[in-house]
Amino acid sequence: MPVLWLILIVLALAVAGYVAGRARAISGAGDDRRALHSLPSYYGWNVAMKVMVPAFLVLIVWLIAQPFIVNTKATSLLPESAIPEGSTLGLVMSDVRRVADGLDLSVAQGLLSAGDAATLTVGGSDIRAMLGSAGVAVGTEITPEVLAAAQSYRSTNATGDLLRSIVVIGLGLIGGALALAQTNPDFRARNAVERGIRAILVGAASLAILTTIGIVLSLVFNTIEFFRIYPASEFFGSFTWSPSFGGGSQLGIWPLLWGTLYISLIALLVSVPIGLFAAVYLSEYAGPKFRAVAKPALELLAGIPTIVYGLFALLTVGPLLLSVFGRDGLGWMQAGTAVMTAGLVMGIMLIPFVSSLSDDIINAVPQSLRDGSYGLGATKSETIKQVILPAALPGIVGAILLAASRAIGETMIVVMGAGAAARLSLNPFDAMTTVTAKIVSQLTGDADFASPEALVAFALGMTLFVMTLGLNVFALFIVRKYREQYD
Amino acid sequence: MYDSPLRKTEVDTNASKISARDVQVYYGDTHAIKDVNVEILDKTVTAFIGPSGCGKSTFLRTLNRMNDTIDICRVEGLIELDGEDIYDKRVDPVQLRAKVGMVFQKPNPFPKSIYDNVAYGPRIHGLARNKAELDEIVEKALRRGAIWNEVKDRLDAPGTGLSGGQQQRLCIARAVATEPEVLLMDEPCSALDPIATSQVEELIDELRENYSVVIVTHSMQQAARVSQKTAFFHLGNLVEYGDTSQIFTNPVDPRTESYITGRIG
Repeated sequence: MPVLWLILIVLALAVAGYVAGRARAISGAGDDRRALHSLPSYYGWNVAMKVMVPAFLVLIVWLIAQPFIVNTKATSLLPESAIPEGSTLGLVMSDVRRVADGLDLSVAQGLLSAGDAATLTVGGSDIRAMLGSAGVAVGTEITPEVLAAAQSYRSTNATGDLLRSIVVIGLGLIGGALALAQTNPDFRARNAVERGIRAILVGAASLAILTTIGIVLSLVFNTIEFFRIYPASEFFGSFTWSPSFGGGSQLGIWPLLWGTLYISLIALLVSVPIGLFAAVYLSEYAGPKFRAVAKPALELLAGIPTIVYGLFALLTVGPLLLSVFGRDGLGWMQAGTAVMTAGLVMGIMLIPFVSSLSDDIINAVPQSLRDGSYGLGATKSETIKQVILPAALPGIVGAILLAASRAIGETMIVVMGAGAAARLSLNPFDAMTTVTAKIVSQLTGDADFASPEALVAFALGMTLFVMTLGLNVFALFIVRKYREQYD
Repeated sequence: MYDSPLRKTEVDTNASKISARDVQVYYGDTHAIKDVNVEILDKTVTAFIGPSGCGKSTFLRTLNRMNDTIDICRVEGLIELDGEDIYDKRVDPVQLRAKVGMVFQKPNPFPKSIYDNVAYGPRIHGLARNKAELDEIVEKALRRGAIWNEVKDRLDAPGTGLSGGQQQRLCIARAVATEPEVLLMDEPCSALDPIATSQVEELIDELRENYSVVIVTHSMQQAARVSQKTAFFHLGNLVEYGDTSQIFTNPVDPRTESYITGRIG
């Protein structure tokens, strides 16, 4: 039974459970809803929840676990000799899966009866041609071992699917029946539903955290793998970045790190003053009408995809800078892609982050502080400079650090605006590249995934992760430490 | 009600400091202040009393143009400080507010040190030639604010760390430090306990030697204790204005009598 049907059946069971639970509660109270502990709908929800939650939980776990079990079983049927010279178990297993899929398709198209598919042997007919006519192309000739494994794969999968349907529906029915049995006028359905909702919310929150942990772990293991085949002292100590997939590459992080920091620095130099001044204007000087238009317009900048900023850098800002600083002008710039191009455009991208957060923070400074300052005869800008900005400073620092971590993690603008040369240079009109851009170029392409040239991407990712994590933690620390100064 | 030990002198000057004639204040379409005429005397404490929403705070804020910061607020009529129209186009509201200081209902120390709080006004107005002079101004203001002894050892501590009553006296010291000619106080004791209140009241009585003080208060006892002149506002009108002793013992208007005896409010 397909999963979609299974889900629909459980949902239908839940609806039925809701109606039944509600009806049972009302009839148990002698049609007088005042005699119930909770509102009738709570009894219904209690039953529906107890149908759905265990059934869906088991379904999710099953969906994750079944492929593993089926794979292991099929793998155990493949003897060592079935793996040809120069191939790997993984490649053979993918053949097995293709054959199994092909058999499924053949049965579905009527080329093969279900019984024949299970008992087919290599000698009987040209399976490869048949699978081909069903729309599945198998690269190599099918060996008996592969066919046997594919047949086992199919049968285990079918048994698993059947068992899954039975267990899931059965759990739903049992849960619903137990909940219905609980249902009587004195049952505290409202509290039970409250606990259930709490559990669901906790589940959602922990899923987010678990995913983060998963991401970090995958980074960590691949990073360890990288350092096993490439010395860490070279990675952190070398000032040269020259990967060559033929081997003998030098993978020093410093040119990339320098590019990242240089571009981020320029981006912050652009975005922090402009964003901050815009925020001060919007929150202190602008009239309500202008503010109502300008603030959403500024925040619109944050909604533009970074690839569009990249185009802007490549097609507009780069040539513009080149015409001023290039060979026809001051002669500092060789090509349109440069640190300055990417930094300027990234700065524009970050303006709304700084201004929007700072604006909220400045607005949160109590009006009484402004009144106090005006009452002493201070002008608006004196008040802003000496009272409002100091009071809002922790929040503003937090906003800037968040913008900085965005800048460090930005990829698209760098790929399109900064060039691809990894170099250590002080000239902001030179092309440089960043950690993120190099992660992209190391992983895309047809590199061997076990080579240090590909695995270095994970070490770079880990470095970035640690950097932005550090910045975020520092931002949170600053914000927390000074937050309650004026409360 | 009229037996305060603080009353040492009767009204001893008749020089007018602020005079308001036919003042109207509008908040959008709401007519908040109607035809108010009042003469506020120099070196005198004038109390504004009246029920909530009667316009006394609004009128107080027109005296140093704090209402300018509210977009929908409009003021008509003539308000003169020492014979000069404060709503004249040539008047800089910032200079005016340096002359007419204000203390607010809720203590609002800046998130700075105690010293910097008090030095704020003198610094922006350039009242001190050097650090020593600034130190002197700060000490004098804190002494006037009757808080010097409590804070002299921790001038670098944040002003927000003081207790409510200390914060309010710090705010008064801050207002005094700019040497204003008039001090406006908008219910300065409403957030304070009785002990802090009596300290602030004593302070107000001392300030009268140098300044004209206008105080808005909900406490009629307080008005009777600290003021020499009292104005009673009701529904945006100035109902009665006169010597405090006369207002509280022999009010002319029946509405005043009802209010001070607690029948309306």
